[in-house]
Amino acid sequence: MEKKIKVLVAKPGLDGHDRGAKVVAQALKDAGMEVIYSGLHRTVDEIVRIAVQEDVDVIGLSIMSGAHLPITEKLIKKACEQGIGDKMVVVGGVIPTRDIEKLKQIGVKGVFPGGAPFKEIVEFLKENVPAAG
Amino acid sequence: MGLARYIKDEKDRISRVTYPSGIDIKTVYGPEDLERVGFFYEKDLADPGAYPFTRGIHREGYRSRAWTMRQYAGFATAGETNERFKFLISHGSTGLNVAFDLPTQMGYDSDDPMAEGEVGRVGMAIDSLRDFEAAFAGIDLAKIGASLTVNAVASIILAMYQAMAEKHGYSPEVISATPQNDILKEMIGRGAWIFPVEPAVNLIGDTIEHSIRTMPKTNPVSVSGYHIRESGATAAQEMGYAILIANAYIDNVLKRRYDVDQFVGRFSFNFNIFGNMWETVAKFRAGRKLWARNLKERYGVKKPQNMFMRGMFGGGGSGLTKQEPENNIMRGAYYGLAAALSGAQTTGLCSYDEAYTIPTPHAALLSLRTLQLLMEEVGLRDTVDPLAGSYFIETITKEMEGKIEEEMEKIEKAGGIIAAVSSGHIQRIVARQAYEFEKGIQAGDLLKVGVNIYTGEAPMEVELHEYDGVSAEKQVESLRALKRERNGREVARTLGELEQAAKTGKNVMPFLMDCCKAYATVGEMTRVFKDVFGEFREPSII
Repeated sequence: MEKKIKVLVAKPGLDGHDRGAKVVAQALKDAGMEVIYSGLHRTVDEIVRIAVQEDVDVIGLSIMSGAHLPITEKLIKKACEQGIGDKMVVVGGVIPTRDIEKLKQIGVKGVFPGGAPFKEIVEFLKENVPAAG
Repeated sequence: MGLARYIKDEKDRISRVTYPSGIDIKTVYGPEDLERVGFFYEKDLADPGAYPFTRGIHREGYRSRAWTMRQYAGFATAGETNERFKFLISHGSTGLNVAFDLPTQMGYDSDDPMAEGEVGRVGMAIDSLRDFEAAFAGIDLAKIGASLTVNAVASIILAMYQAMAEKHGYSPEVISATPQNDILKEMIGRGAWIFPVEPAVNLIGDTIEHSIRTMPKTNPVSVSGYHIRESGATAAQEMGYAILIANAYIDNVLKRRYDVDQFVGRFSFNFNIFGNMWETVAKFRAGRKLWARNLKERYGVKKPQNMFMRGMFGGGGSGLTKQEPENNIMRGAYYGLAAALSGAQTTGLCSYDEAYTIPTPHAALLSLRTLQLLMEEVGLRDTVDPLAGSYFIETITKEMEGKIEEEMEKIEKAGGIIAAVSSGHIQRIVARQAYEFEKGIQAGDLLKVGVNIYTGEAPMEVELHEYDGVSAEKQVESLRALKRERNGREVARTLGELEQAAKTGKNVMPFLMDCCKAYATVGEMTRVFKDVFGEFREPSII
C-alpha cells in the first residue's frame, strides 16, 4: 500500500477565520490524506514543533488577515532551523494575486487563494510530495 | 449557505427549488397555501409596530426614519482611523462601525511578540485610552453612535469608550455604543475568543449590568448570527442559534436579580444577508416574531418596545467572490435591497474588494452610495413591509418560523447552547455544511456568476488598501512613550484592584474604568483576566 500523504493544516497568528482551513482539511481527508488540524491562534514555533513531532509531509498555512508574507517568511526560517526545511509549505487564504510570486520566492511551493478548487490542491500535493506515489 | 438548489430538466425548465434552510418552493402560491400553513393575520402578522412585529418594529417603517448606514472601518493608528471616520460622516454615514486590529481584539498590546505583523492591519490598533481619545477626537458622540466590533475584550473596550467620552465632556447618559460583545458566536465562528466559556459569558453579564446602571443609550450586546452564518450555518440556524445565545446572556443577567424589562430592550442583533432574497426576507420576518414571542412567553417581558429585534442586517461577505470582483458591487446592491425589504434599522455592506483585503476608501464609498441610492431613488421608503400579504412570502415566513424552531429544539435537546458550543457540537455542524456548500459550488450544483457559470472574464487586479508598516512602528513607539509617561503606581494599583474584583466575582466594569483612566493597556488588563479566568480550550472539530 502506498504511503498516505500527511498534512498539517495550520492557522498561524491571531486570525480566527477557520472556515476555509476546516473545509480544505476535510477535502484532503476525503482525498485519502492524513490530516492534522492545528486549531486556532498558533505561533510559528508551535506549528513547526507539531510538524516535527508528527513528521508531516506538508505544512499548509491558512491566513486571512493579510499578514501572509511576514508569517510565512518566519515559518520557513524556523522550519529550516529545526531541520525540516525540506518539508513542503503551501499557503491558502485571502492572498492577492501580486503576492503569489513573492510567497514562492520565500520558498512556498503552492499558493491556493480562496475559491481554489479542491481538485487542484489535491492533485498538486499528489504530484509534488516526494515519494507519495 | 445562501444559495438555493435548483433541479432543472433538459429544457432548462426548473422542476424543483429547495432553500438551504430546507424549504421547498412551489411554482405558484395562492390562498390555499396560507390555509395549509395555518396563517392568521392578527396572530402571524398584525400591523407594523405591533406584536409580534413580523412586519417590522416601527409603525411607519422607513417613512419615519431611514436606516442607519454603518460601514465597517478602521485601520492603522487611531489618528488615521479618525480621518476615515470623518470621511464617512462627511459623506452621510450616520453611525460608525469600528474595526479593531487583531492584537486589540485578542488582548495583546502592539509591542507584544504575538502582535508582530498584525498591528493596525485589519483595524485600528488600540493600546490605551490615549488611542481612543485620538480615534474619536472631533466626533459628536451625542449624535453619532459607535458599533465596536470587539468581543473577548469587549468589557475593556466599552469601559475605555466610556472613559474617553467622559474625557471629551460627554455624560454617559447621552452616548450610544454598541460593542459586539458576543463571545459564544466567536467560539462557533470568527475565532476571536480568549477566556473559557463561563467567565467569558459572565463578562458579558457585567457589561450589560453596567450599561443598565450608567449608560442607558448603550446597546451592550449585539448577538451576531452573522458570523455563524459565515461559518456555514443556514439562515434558519443563524437565527435560531442567535436567539439561543441571546437567551444565555439574559439568563446570566437574571441571576443578578434584575427584571428582564430593565435590560433586554437594549439587546441588538447582527445578521447576515446574501444569497436567496426571499429566504432572507422570510428569515427576518420570522425571526422578529420568534424573538418577541420568546421574550413574552419564556421571560415574561411586558413592554412591547423591549421585544423588538433591532439590529444591523447586512454585510454579505460570504456572498462576495474573488473572481470578477466588480460583480460584488451589483451583489451588494441586491443584498441592500433584501435588507430594506426585511426591515433593517441599520445596515452596512461588505465592499467589493473585501475578498482581497480591507476596503479602499473608494470601495467603502461605493457601498455607502449603494445604500443611499436604495433609500432615496427606488422607493424603499414609500410604504412599510411592501411584501406583506404575498401568498408566497407569508407562506415561507411561516415555514421559516417552523425551521428556526426546529433548529433551536435540536440544540436544546443536545444540552443547550452553552454545552453545544463548549463541546464543539455546533462547530461540527457548520463545518460540515461549509464543506458540502463548497463541494456544491465546485460541482456546479449551486450557481455563482463568474465562478461556475458565465465565467471567462480575464482576471483583474483590484486596487488594494496598503498595509503601512510605518504606522505599526509609530504605534509601538507611542505605546513605549505612554508607558514612560503614565503614573506607574496608579497603573499597578488599579490593575491590582481589577484582579481582586475578578477573583471575588464582582462586576469588573468600574474597576476596568479605573484602569483605563490610569492608562493601563488592553494587554495588561487582559493579562489580569487570563491569570484569574484561564483560557478557552478549543474543542477538536476535524
